[in-house]
Amino acid sequence: MSNKGFAGQIRLNAQNLSCIRGEQEVFADVAFQVSGGEALIVRGANGTGKSSLLMCLAGLLPVNGNVSWQRGGKSLTKPEYFELIHFIGHLNAIKNELTLAENLQFWSAMFGGDSTPIADALERANLGGLDTYQAGHLSAGQRHRLSLARLLVTPRPVWLLDEPSSALDQQGDRWVADLIQGQISSGGLAVVATHRHIALGTGANVRTLELGQL
Amino acid sequence: MEAFMAIIVRDIRLTLRSGGSTITLLAFFLSVGVIIPIAVGPDKETLARLAPAIIWIAALLSTLLGLDRLFVADHEDGTNASLHHASISLEAISFAKLIVHWLVSALPLIVATPFMAIMLIMDMPTLLRTIAALMLGTPALVALGAFGASIAVTLKRGGVLAPILIMPLAVPVLIFGVSAISPAPGSGTSEAAFMFLGALSLLAFAFTPFAIALALRAAHE
Repeated sequence: MSNKGFAGQIRLNAQNLSCIRGEQEVFADVAFQVSGGEALIVRGANGTGKSSLLMCLAGLLPVNGNVSWQRGGKSLTKPEYFELIHFIGHLNAIKNELTLAENLQFWSAMFGGDSTPIADALERANLGGLDTYQAGHLSAGQRHRLSLARLLVTPRPVWLLDEPSSALDQQGDRWVADLIQGQISSGGLAVVATHRHIALGTGANVRTLELGQL
Repeated sequence: MEAFMAIIVRDIRLTLRSGGSTITLLAFFLSVGVIIPIAVGPDKETLARLAPAIIWIAALLSTLLGLDRLFVADHEDGTNASLHHASISLEAISFAKLIVHWLVSALPLIVATPFMAIMLIMDMPTLLRTIAALMLGTPALVALGAFGASIAVTLKRGGVLAPILIMPLAVPVLIFGVSAISPAPGSGTSEAAFMFLGALSLLAFAFTPFAIALALRAAHE
């Protein structure tokens, strides 16, 4: 994992957060704080709004409540913090007609910045040697690995991950834990919604948010 | 700029690999050109008078064909969600998509226009004016169509709604497009019509990316 770190301490602060979808309140009065170097694990039963919470943070759903983003003590505007975010939802944004390398190259270009070589990222996602393979032929687990490989090609300080280890094998589970570990040890933050246990190293700064508890 | 080019390259690749969409488009365009003369009858003079209108209607209908997947594909597979966090704005992304959409859905029609001209018994000067008018006018059709498609992105049958939405907006393009090819009697030159066509296209290309970006932002919930 790159250890060069991110400039400026990132801080995400949410107060009084609520979410209404289809006239139904999904969650209400959620508050938390995460900073660079920390991971926030969001837990909760199905339908308690884990994905909705991530989508609110990613700016894909309207936010009711206060969400503030800071970098190095300075408040960030929406376009500013949008450029810090990697959002990996359950839709994996993979084009079947493109090869694995083309898919990653596209996202690397879209997210800008210095990119790890594509072949390298595929290697680490355990998809090495499949560069010129069409993404449409991948299995569900491999597709998920490919979408997580986006995290590797462009370092960004904020990761919003929705069920990052779904469809993955045991080795994949450990890989996801290593990814998150690497992200927080280089000063980034990760908000992860999951049902699974993520084996982060002892001493890792992990906070937990339980949704759906009154 | 790298991101802008990445959209263009990706969309061209997707079109080329999605199997025959350009060929379908051309076949549709030309078959409109075949069918109308059959319906109207083989009278040379009538055909010559109707030719500009036939070509513009064929072009309008053909550019509507590709609209249903234009934004829906990206919306359904989660690409749009991640594009919110790209290093360039959604407006710039929409602009890049417009350029590709013109290249793959309008340029082939213009290339096929000489074949259309043969079927409609067009003379050479009219053909040249037709090509010029299509070059100037199709960007507006493409941009308006894309705008309609972006509004309908979340709708199940959006592919049908988009053409209905933009049909009225396309009327000025048709009016000036036809009068650029065959000036109304007494009005003299078609120069003014060409200028209006160009203006419509410039306006559409300048403003629709903003409207499209707005629609895409609203598409999540």
